Amino acid sequence: MMKKLDRNQMAARVARDIPEGSYVNLGIGLPTLVAEHLPKGREIILHSENGVLGVGPKPAPGREDEDLINAGKEPVTLLAGGAFFHHADSFAMIRGRHLDFAVLGAFQVSVAGDLANWHTGGADAIPAVGGAMDLAMGAKKVLVMMEHLTKQGESKIVERCSYPLTGARCVNRVYTDLAIIDVKPDGLHVVEMVEGLAFEELQRLTGVPLKRLATAA
Amino acid sequence: MIDKTFASAEAALADIADGATIMIGGFGNAGMPAALIDALIAQGARDLTIVNNNAGNADGGLAALIAAKRVRKILCSFPRQTDSWHFDRAYRAGEIQLELVPQGTLAERIRAAGAGIGALYTPTAFGTLLAEGKETRRIGDRDYVLEYPIHADYALIKADRADRWGNLVYRKTGRNFAPIMASAARCTVVQVREIVELGALDPEVIVTPGIFVKRVVRIGSSLRKAA
Repeated sequence: MMKKLDRNQMAARVARDIPEGSYVNLGIGLPTLVAEHLPKGREIILHSENGVLGVGPKPAPGREDEDLINAGKEPVTLLAGGAFFHHADSFAMIRGRHLDFAVLGAFQVSVAGDLANWHTGGADAIPAVGGAMDLAMGAKKVLVMMEHLTKQGESKIVERCSYPLTGARCVNRVYTDLAIIDVKPDGLHVVEMVEGLAFEELQRLTGVPLKRLATAA
Repeated sequence: MIDKTFASAEAALADIADGATIMIGGFGNAGMPAALIDALIAQGARDLTIVNNNAGNADGGLAALIAAKRVRKILCSFPRQTDSWHFDRAYRAGEIQLELVPQGTLAERIRAAGAGIGALYTPTAFGTLLAEGKETRRIGDRDYVLEYPIHADYALIKADRADRWGNLVYRKTGRNFAPIMASAARCTVVQVREIVELGALDPEVIVTPGIFVKRVVRIGSSLRKAA
């Protein structure tokens, strides 16, 4: 029986791969959870695109400050050594390839590493993009965190994205509740699978061709 | 003697005409110049083009300006939120035009206007819907999209402290778009918590030098903040 990862287990798995000294932007939603799982004692500097480096944990109740929020507009704190800056500087850090990692949620990722995460394309949908396109094109490494399958059981890893793109050929690695998959020029490489999941079953669920790393468990 | 201070928000916004392009600082409530937006609503100018990261939250501020049907067009990166009902209604009714701009491109187009740059190439949005119909160019091994500066008639921003020359310091993430909007508008109006004597602001930490600022109004603070 395969053991799917829950949201916290997924966040902990991503957090484990972020090395000491990294500058990291965590997208709104599931990626924000990664902050709570960063190994204690590892110095990692979180960037928030509204103008903070050194984002700290949530404030204690009653200690919120309306002027100290993250990109998800949630109250945060500032670590010692943290800094504030304006939006053009903040996006210079992103677009100028200074951020080591962006961790983003997704609707779909394609075999080529195309990312779709901002717009369903529905006729009645009001589009909103925020900083997603800048992060997708700017960060040195783009890590995607998402459930492997939609609620209808369709793979979110696809041959071509059917939703409008956030960025083309920008995703480096995908963390799902079933596997970790690297996007490489020659295709998708499975790096890790959850306990009890056979490669053949992952291949069947995913639909697009996967390569199996010799070291994959 | 140079004195950029105005007695009231009403006086500082009295000359805004119908059809003006107005940048409004703030990201969520942080840095939102609420008193200036209230004064703009009372002032009555209509047919406005607004530049802000969002399209209003709940019923106050920019949302109230939209609800009052005073906004013809908005340039922003993230209009749709759980509490953007006034924008959502106006958009679905066809009463308001939306130019959706990626957040970093919005910031850089504003910065470019303030810096006198004629246009810029950005890798952001290449190959996406938001680059459709735009000129693109391959430079080195990357593809870029040509984007033009955003100029404004007015910028309404919030700072923490100012002096009578218009030098500004901000508070935490309240800074967000304010410094670049101040440079991109013909007339920048600032709401501040406190006006201090010339020389009281450390010149090493002034974020926006007074050359970018025309009018300063002291509003005080009703902010919830940690002690």
